[in-house]
Amino acid sequence: MTAVLQARGLGKRYGRHWALSDCTLDIPAGHVVGLVGPNGAGKTTLLNLASGHLTPTTGEITVLGGRPGTDPNQLRKVGFVAQDTPTYAGFTVAEHLRLGARLNPGWDDATARDRIARLGLDPGQRAGTLSGGQRAQLALTIGIAKRPELLILDEPVAALDPLARREFMQGLLEAAVEHELSVVLSSHLVSDLERACDYLVVLVDSRVQVAGEVEELLATHHRLAGPRRDPDQLPRDQRVVSASHTDRQSTFIVRTDSAIHDPVWTVSQLSLEDLVLTYLDSSTRVAPRPVLEVQR
Amino acid sequence: MIWLTWRQFRIPAITLFALVVAFAVLLAMTGPGIAAEYADGIAACAQQGTDCGPFVNNFLNDYQTASLGVSAVALVMPALIGLFWGAPLVSRELEVGTHRLVWNQSITRTRWLVVKMTITGLAAVVVGAVGAVAVTWWASTIDNVPDNEFNRLASWVFDGRGVVPIGYSAFAFALGVTVGMLLRRALPAMAVTLAVFVVVQFAMPLLVRPYLLPPTDATVEITESTVDTFGHNMQNGRSTVLVEGQAPEEGAWLLSARTVDSSGNPVEAITLPESSTACTPGQSATPEPGAGMKTCLAELTRLGYRHELTYHPASRFWPFQWIETGIYLALSLALAGFCFWWLRHRLA
Repeated sequence: MTAVLQARGLGKRYGRHWALSDCTLDIPAGHVVGLVGPNGAGKTTLLNLASGHLTPTTGEITVLGGRPGTDPNQLRKVGFVAQDTPTYAGFTVAEHLRLGARLNPGWDDATARDRIARLGLDPGQRAGTLSGGQRAQLALTIGIAKRPELLILDEPVAALDPLARREFMQGLLEAAVEHELSVVLSSHLVSDLERACDYLVVLVDSRVQVAGEVEELLATHHRLAGPRRDPDQLPRDQRVVSASHTDRQSTFIVRTDSAIHDPVWTVSQLSLEDLVLTYLDSSTRVAPRPVLEVQR
Repeated sequence: MIWLTWRQFRIPAITLFALVVAFAVLLAMTGPGIAAEYADGIAACAQQGTDCGPFVNNFLNDYQTASLGVSAVALVMPALIGLFWGAPLVSRELEVGTHRLVWNQSITRTRWLVVKMTITGLAAVVVGAVGAVAVTWWASTIDNVPDNEFNRLASWVFDGRGVVPIGYSAFAFALGVTVGMLLRRALPAMAVTLAVFVVVQFAMPLLVRPYLLPPTDATVEITESTVDTFGHNMQNGRSTVLVEGQAPEEGAWLLSARTVDSSGNPVEAITLPESSTACTPGQSATPEPGAGMKTCLAELTRLGYRHELTYHPASRFWPFQWIETGIYLALSLALAGFCFWWLRHRLA
């Protein structure tokens, strides 16, 4: 499988503030990728770089093997649903589909009309009078009917109520399966991504903390609870992600490919939410041991 | 993209086109009447063998206000184009975020802006041209009345006639787009566009137009027909005379008029020597009215005083029109070029 998104030392600076720095990332094709991180972590910046809306200050990024957003061919391959799912308030739903048809050579009108009909949207209704959920669905419909190879969505459900969120994610997943789309979507809520994504990228303070397939991440992360111990005393193949201590007890989150044999530990699995939170919480995060990095 | 541009542009387009067409129809309906009235009046006084001067004066008085009004509309039209077509073109998209929808379709941003600016810009030029033709045609009767005071190079007449309104319209449009791109908000963009356009429109006739072509210099004798204003003052038994020259030919644009002495040095007021009494009131021998001034002016000429005039002849109307239109079109293209540069390099 080729990579849908590759970044090497990618950085974007606004004035003196780095919105994203030294981001290195390799996302294989055929996944629904969740990009998660707190507000201001650089998710929108990364996605805007991927869609060609921004140009990088440092490093480079390739999407589907090409430079983002420079020529019509690249634009055709990548769909992007921007934050707050903008639509033309004065245009009707049908006019939005017409816009899509006019501006995209690969436009799939049958899919678009079918989706609009299934959503129960009135083609004659102006987008300005649609609810937030309906507007997001309309934007998603345009993104899907463009028939891109990769669909990028920036916080598409952030402004939606729980029911609209579920419907949106469902529609997105169905389309991803039906049209063999790769999808990258961002959110600051893990619960949005939990059901939908099979690949996860955690971005904190403009840096990628962890990236990988969800199944693999869940299988290799463990919570160890036991008597107090220094993290350095753990086996070398166990990468300590976080450590918290009470007077007598230590709790570690470790990442390892091998089984944990030490009987002093009570080993438990992490949920996806716990896993993400571990990476988000900077107070317990342990910097990777340099020695370990060299050996791996 | 053409469909999208038209879909977004149709309401402002139809509104402004309707206004211009209504204005043109109004002019078309009143124009022939004015022309007929003038022709009849001239024919009548020629037939009676009387002086046509009083009729011409009345005629000009009657239509001065209307002519000013029509010229004002011609001046306002480009501003409206800049305000309602230019300024919102890009800023509205940036303001509400729809650029993020349209830029993610399979069309490059450059092409997006090319189509938007070309269609709307051409519409601006067409509106400018329609307005200019209508106004020029309507005002042709009034403009061609022989009248010494009248000069077609003066701003309010010049700006609404010929081809310059086309240049103004294109410039106002490009200015609006540029300002909108920089400010990214429609309403402030409209305000700034208006302010900048007004400043440019005032600066052009005051600071630039006089120098578009080298003005003509002329030194002419001081006679009754060359003097525009005449002032006389007695002080300690000596006469001080102030004369101001006027344009040496009909419809010329006078830039400066100075009085110079026999050695060519400019003088403010002419102080006559004590020996000369030609300008002293009551000293003139002949009683006929105006003869005193005539004698006085002859005395000034005898002493070597001359008018030194700098002006543009009326025949430069069309050269000025083409040059100024060219300047405005060049500015428009420069602004459009800047827009594309900004779109590629800064607007992200």
